[in-house]
Amino acid sequence: MSIISRGFRGKRRDDGGRVPPGQYLVDDFPVLSAGPTPRVPLDRWEFAIDTEAEQTHRWSWQEFMALPSETPTVDIHCVTKWSKLDTSWEGVSLDVLFEDVETAAEYALVYSYGGYTTNLPLEDLLDGKAWIVHRFDGEELEPRHGGPARLIVPHLYFWKSAKWVRGIRLLNEDWPGFWETAGYHNYGDPWREQRYEGD
Amino acid sequence: MRRLTWRPAELVEGSAETATARTLRFRVPGWPGHLAGQHVDVRLTAEDGYTAQRSYSMAAPADGDLVELTVETVADGEVSPYLTEELRAGDQVELRGPVGGWFVWRPESKAPVLLVGGGSGIVPLMAMIRERRKAGSRVPFRLLYSVRDPERRYYAEELRRPDPGLDITYLYTRSAPDGVSRPARRIMLDDLAEGGWPATFEPDCYVCGPTGFVEAAADLLLALGHAPERIRTERFGPTGG
Ligand SMILES: Cc1cc2nc3c(=O)[nH]c(=O)nc-3n(C[C@H](O)[C@H](O)[C@H](O)COP(=O)(O)OP(=O)(O)OC[C@H]3O[C@@H](n4cnc5c(N)ncnc54)[C@H](O)[C@@H]3O)c2cc1C
Repeated sequence: MSIISRGFRGKRRDDGGRVPPGQYLVDDFPVLSAGPTPRVPLDRWEFAIDTEAEQTHRWSWQEFMALPSETPTVDIHCVTKWSKLDTSWEGVSLDVLFEDVETAAEYALVYSYGGYTTNLPLEDLLDGKAWIVHRFDGEELEPRHGGPARLIVPHLYFWKSAKWVRGIRLLNEDWPGFWETAGYHNYGDPWREQRYEGD
Repeated sequence: MRRLTWRPAELVEGSAETATARTLRFRVPGWPGHLAGQHVDVRLTAEDGYTAQRSYSMAAPADGDLVELTVETVADGEVSPYLTEELRAGDQVELRGPVGGWFVWRPESKAPVLLVGGGSGIVPLMAMIRERRKAGSRVPFRLLYSVRDPERRYYAEELRRPDPGLDITYLYTRSAPDGVSRPARRIMLDDLAEGGWPATFEPDCYVCGPTGFVEAAADLLLALGHAPERIRTERFGPTGG
């Protein structure tokens, strides 16, 4: 039973059941990150998948841009309580990037330019659940939102959607990332309000 | 595994910090303590069960079961006007925390510290200043505090008192008081070059405030040669464009 705050009514917005518990809707696009925004020149950018057998699959910017792209429209949910509906992106499905990757690993550690990391089960990246995107709302992805390219995994809290993504390391054992080591939940399902360790 | 539970928090005392901000002191039975720079989640529940949650930094170091916040009224906001205008001593909210282990300063740390705050972004930085004083730390601190005008300063009385080893520079963005030669404007390279530390001193930099402010200040610190891993940021929202 939670405590009632005298005189609190709140501002309600009908969200049609699309907003997970504890979240509120925003129309703007808040920015959250732990340090300064890295700026990555495209001629030095690369994306890599490293398997548990130490095989590396690499894409330069040109190679990445030549891959078939998709334009997902998804709802996103940040652990700091905002949710944004119908965000539109353009990028490459992880299914495409994983086409030639041979792996039996169960875990993925995503790492970024600037040193950020975040972990998730590999299956949460596959079957149309995740993309490496380079455009937002029809525009090139701005550096502060993770450009040139970021991961999006809309079904998990947005800290899993690593900005300035640089690669994915496949692991047989789970390895907590930056916020997961700092007290945040290891998995981060917004519908189960898995915000912090132990939730 | 540590579980963060919602705890009842009773307002003990609220006092005006500025015309638009209020400092709130809550008693939170069983509070486990916290580090300077951490925040809490506050949950409000209406009579019909509707809830809203927001994050607020703690303004003071751990002090038994007392938790101190300073909240700026965001016009048309859902939570902040309730906290600054409606909540009275004896009323209850729920609170969970402490949260965040990155934007923190520990008194054992020996590196010089640069604090760069914009608006309500001063709150977690003030907890660090108070922690330093409480611990008797000699680590040199510099604070650059960007505010619209002198009336917008938080903790003005306390920051006026001498605190050896703490240097404060106010950066006014709209109107500066008489006798201040710096024209009112947003934070610039010169401000950080003059009021901060040289990058070669390898200070720990903490930057906190609205998103645009944090972006600008962190970029300027990088331009001055500070290593990205020494620049910690906390963005209070709202807009990112
Ligand atoms: C880690 C963290 C620590 C924070 N610490 C503090 C703190 O110590 N003191 C404090 O006052 N706030 C702090 N905030 C901001 C706070 O969580 C709320 O966002 C703020 O109080 C506004 O909430 P609201 O419900 O009143 O407004 P909302 O109903 O969320 O928003 C109403 C309107 O105001 C805009 N808006 C939202 N937030 C802000 C803002 N911060 N400034 C200007 N406009 C805004 C929104 O875009 C919207 O248009 C912190 C945020 C984070 C993530």
